[in-house]
Amino acid sequence: MNTLLEIAGLKRHFGGLWATNGVDLRIGRGEIHALIGPNGAGKTTLIHLISGALRPDAGRIVFAGADIARHDMHERVARGITRSYQITQIFPHLPVLENVRLAVQSRRRDWGSSFRMCRPASADFRMIEEAEEWLGRVGLAEAAGQLATDLAHGQQRALELAMALATRPQLLLLDEPMAGMGPEESAHMATLIASLKGEQTVLLVEHDMDIVFRLADRISVLVAGRVIVSATPDVVRNHPEVRRAYLGDDIQ
Amino acid sequence: MKASPRSNAIEAAVLFVAALLPFLLQAMGEEFYIGFATRLLIFALAATSLNFIVGYGGMVAFGHAAFFGGGAYIVAFLMQAGIVSAWIAWPLAVLAAVVASLAIGALSLRTRGVYFIMITLAFAQMIYYSIISLQSAGGDDGLPLEQRSTLAPFDLASDMTLYWVALAALAGCLIALRRLANSRYGRALAGLRQNEQRMEALGYPVDRLKLVCFVIGAGIAGLAGALLVNQNGLASPTQLYWTQSGMLLVMVILGGVGQRYGGMLGAIALLGLEEALGLMTEYAHLYIGLALLAVVLFAPRGLAGLAGLTDLRRA
Repeated sequence: MNTLLEIAGLKRHFGGLWATNGVDLRIGRGEIHALIGPNGAGKTTLIHLISGALRPDAGRIVFAGADIARHDMHERVARGITRSYQITQIFPHLPVLENVRLAVQSRRRDWGSSFRMCRPASADFRMIEEAEEWLGRVGLAEAAGQLATDLAHGQQRALELAMALATRPQLLLLDEPMAGMGPEESAHMATLIASLKGEQTVLLVEHDMDIVFRLADRISVLVAGRVIVSATPDVVRNHPEVRRAYLGDDIQ
Repeated sequence: MKASPRSNAIEAAVLFVAALLPFLLQAMGEEFYIGFATRLLIFALAATSLNFIVGYGGMVAFGHAAFFGGGAYIVAFLMQAGIVSAWIAWPLAVLAAVVASLAIGALSLRTRGVYFIMITLAFAQMIYYSIISLQSAGGDDGLPLEQRSTLAPFDLASDMTLYWVALAALAGCLIALRRLANSRYGRALAGLRQNEQRMEALGYPVDRLKLVCFVIGAGIAGLAGALLVNQNGLASPTQLYWTQSGMLLVMVILGGVGQRYGGMLGAIALLGLEEALGLMTEYAHLYIGLALLAVVLFAPRGLAGLAGLTDLRRA
């Protein structure tokens, strides 16, 4: 397996609590890797540590060959790690299209600096076209002109996914993309994530076990700040330690 | 967000009338008001520069007097040292404001909200107390200007010329601001005002974007200060004091936070009210306070919003 992200001995504490207590994790290029675990296992903390929102107290985060554990978030995005949030993070009072266009514009390697002050941004029509493509991909082409705040919750989550994709990450971190969604919206989001299979490396944190076991190529189980298993869905499903620690008897 | 041909025509008409104003006042025998109008333009420029930081950059800075008054002092210092030419002194005033704001901004931008307000205030007050304790800066009395800067080939000694220079500076600033608002950088600032965390997560260097905004605003304030000292004939400590920062903030709020014409309208309204009410009553500031209260409560987009001059989407 071609490794994209390798985490070793990662630790982070809050007061006396070691939310991340020696995590080892390897994510291969192109896989959809799910991260599951009981509440308080440290899933979101791990996402924060990988994305750069938090700094680790110890350990290494090697991404595409370089240790990025001490890099700022925006540097990590430039290297190819983009995240979504549990709680929707969009630009509510900007048009839907502009939300995605800003995500496209953020790619310095393709367009150059965002400090250009004279030329109108609308003159970069390729950015706008690309933003429209991303909107089409998540099924929001019709909503391009609306304000983001006027979208339904599920549409806002889809918009957020489009924004994350528009940064063209090598690794996409999705923190509970279905949080707060109804069944129909969840199904749509699952389809969207499934459509990334094979072309986009994803680390997915999700509570819905049906979706996790259906979408993931591999699953890591986080318990009390440690990864206890990292394997294919079938192996994880039947793993005795996982059953005991987390799944209980829910999964047959 | 694009300017319509109609609003372009209105802008051109206003600029044309403003350019002819000195002749008009002269014809009416009211030359005194040329100076007052110049003062309005200079404060409009300073308030616009603060509005750029507050309204476009989303940073409530409470130390703008440091750059505005600082620009005035730099020109006065340089004149004492024998440098009379505006072509040298004014860019140096801008440069000084830029350098100072780089340092102040880099430190202050580690904080947010109320802390940012307090730390910018603290830095500005430090500069104020440093200047008034300097003998060579004239202490409490300030630093008089022996003559106006020279701006060859223009004759800046003429009040009318100074008026036009101030008008050109303000018009140039407003035009630049419109271009900037629609540029990549302007769009990035718009994103920043709405959701800083999202901008960071998209890979934007948030702190640097804000610092550049802070520095641009400060630089323009430095230029306004250079103009002000020429208008007043004196660089005075009150121009550095926190009340000056407060007054500029009041102008911005009155005129419309984040509205391109907000700073200008606020400056004209505040100084105009002060002048008009000052002639009629001793309690001018009471009425100005009430007007501010009314704007905050009933017209969140300020006078620019009331006048329908809202060209910038607000968060």
